[in-house]
Amino acid sequence: MSAHAQTSPSVAPPSSSRLVAKGSSWSRGDKIGVAMAWGAGFLLCLLAASIVLYMLYRGLQYLDLALLVTHPEVGLDQSRTGGFLDPIQGTVLLTVLATAIAAPVGVGIAVWLSEYGRPAWLARAVESGVEIVAGTPSIVLAIFGLLVFQQSFFGFLSFTAEGNAVFGRSFFTAGAIMSLIALPLIVGATREALQAIPAHVREASYALGKDRIATIRRVLLPASRRGIGTGVTLGMGRVVGDTAIVVVLLGASLQIQPENGTPVWGLLKGTGSTLTTYVYNNSPAGEGNAPEKAYAAAFVLLLIVIFLNFAVDLIARRKEPAWTR
Amino acid sequence: MDTLSTLDGDFDRTREPLAVAGQLPPPVRRIAPTGAPTVAEPSPSQGNGHGAHAQPSRSLKRTPRPETTPVERMRTEALSIAYGQKLAVNEVSLSVRQGEVLALIGPSGCGKTTLLRSLNRLVDLTPTAVRGGRILLDGEDVDRFDVTHLRRRVGMLFQQPNPFPMSIFDNVAYGLRERGSKKPSRRSLEPAVSEALHRAGLFEEVKDNLDHPALALSGGQQQRLCIARSLAVRPEVLLLDEPCSALDPISTQVIEETIVSLRSEIAIVIVTHNLQQAQRVADHVAFMYLGDLIEYGEAARVFGSPVAERTREYVSGGFG
Repeated sequence: MSAHAQTSPSVAPPSSSRLVAKGSSWSRGDKIGVAMAWGAGFLLCLLAASIVLYMLYRGLQYLDLALLVTHPEVGLDQSRTGGFLDPIQGTVLLTVLATAIAAPVGVGIAVWLSEYGRPAWLARAVESGVEIVAGTPSIVLAIFGLLVFQQSFFGFLSFTAEGNAVFGRSFFTAGAIMSLIALPLIVGATREALQAIPAHVREASYALGKDRIATIRRVLLPASRRGIGTGVTLGMGRVVGDTAIVVVLLGASLQIQPENGTPVWGLLKGTGSTLTTYVYNNSPAGEGNAPEKAYAAAFVLLLIVIFLNFAVDLIARRKEPAWTR
Repeated sequence: MDTLSTLDGDFDRTREPLAVAGQLPPPVRRIAPTGAPTVAEPSPSQGNGHGAHAQPSRSLKRTPRPETTPVERMRTEALSIAYGQKLAVNEVSLSVRQGEVLALIGPSGCGKTTLLRSLNRLVDLTPTAVRGGRILLDGEDVDRFDVTHLRRRVGMLFQQPNPFPMSIFDNVAYGLRERGSKKPSRRSLEPAVSEALHRAGLFEEVKDNLDHPALALSGGQQQRLCIARSLAVRPEVLLLDEPCSALDPISTQVIEETIVSLRSEIAIVIVTHNLQQAQRVADHVAFMYLGDLIEYGEAARVFGSPVAERTREYVSGGFG
């Protein structure tokens, strides 16, 4: 309706660029502001493009498809250090693990906050808790995780040395702490989606004799699919890109080292690395000193993150009909 | 006939409402427990009787309606509802009868929607709401029902069309699913779904697209889908909260016809701001003001020769 009012037949909808170009009645301050905004936006695009292009150039220069499928090896010469199959596997495994923990917990927290939220003090406490977790640097979370998971109580989640010293580093423990990184994004996006559903839609479900649980399960969660998908994908992007937790809690071992014994459980109890730590270790800053491998791995990492961002866009942009409020 | 002077100015809300009622001529609020309201029965000279021919001054075509024999299904007895300190409905006694459409009219904030939402206990969802008096469904206090059971018997339609984000079929089947432990198959739900769509006058338009998303329908179709969704659970009372306020005139007409055709099987209460609509569809009209039931009577009589001054002002467009 408001759009109708704006576009009266004689006046074409104004485009901002033309307004700036023609100057018309804009004050000087406004003109400078607009120019600065344009400049900032342009600079950002330039920056993003240069990162991607530089990595593309470097990546294509060094990336050999064989690197993707060979295990990394210890070696002094770059030509003999193998590929980064294990870090890729580690990245995927850790992301799946962290998402598998964060998604149900995050959606659960969001539903509780949005649909129940009682007692109010607890809701407020949970809200601040989520915010604090969101604001905590991942290295702090990692150290905290190490403290927790080295307790003998959690010994079953990682290697245990002789004398029952708990190692505390494994895919399990790293995944658990990684889920904290994804959690706030999932909670936020899900909550936003739930709150965008008008109250009368809930009431319509109640008015058909449904209780709250059925309403959440059958109406509210399906209606929030997009928000949940966006949050989960954003969270995955954070998990893929995090380094500190992998270094501290996954052991950052060159190869995936499952615990002997049960196949899947042993793998999850074992240590490994991800692309981020692989890049770090092989960069001049790390001990590997194999910058070509680092560039190639960084390029793959960038591709994964770009793909995830693209997926977020795809999910969020899909047009879905909505209710009037 | 300034019978409502006590309502003017700073109306004292704590006053015993019967004191106000006592000053009014018969047509006010108290309803004999036996059923038929004792209020608002017009003297023979005053009203034109029940039915279609009593045209008020405005030339309005009344929606064609078959004769019915009204039976009381719901009744409120001295129903009061407050949100925190604010009294929204003040000792209202009303009868809701199958075979007729009852329209609740009145200016914004007069309590009509609150009254409507109390009938299926949707008001209970508002944390601050408190309720006094009784609401009876077939003689039984609604508080004694399991609330989900009550809401299946007393359906509701909202101001905005609000189909769920699922297919047309699933929307109509929504209320039928998950009632017991067994999950009904689509095949077993089909007859009920298509019947509900038929009754809501939507079947012909959607019969080939039952799997299409409901939110892709037009506004009017969505609202009729919501009617079908309510009808599928076979309610005995249907509450309509300004069901046409978001719709175009054609859709409005279709829905009004549906409402009138349903009234022989279902007791219908409609809240509307649209007086023309009330005249077209209602058999009885209750006029509310500031939480009080001011006047109740047959539609033609309330619109044609209202007894209370407030009603007269309102139906003639004086305020609201």
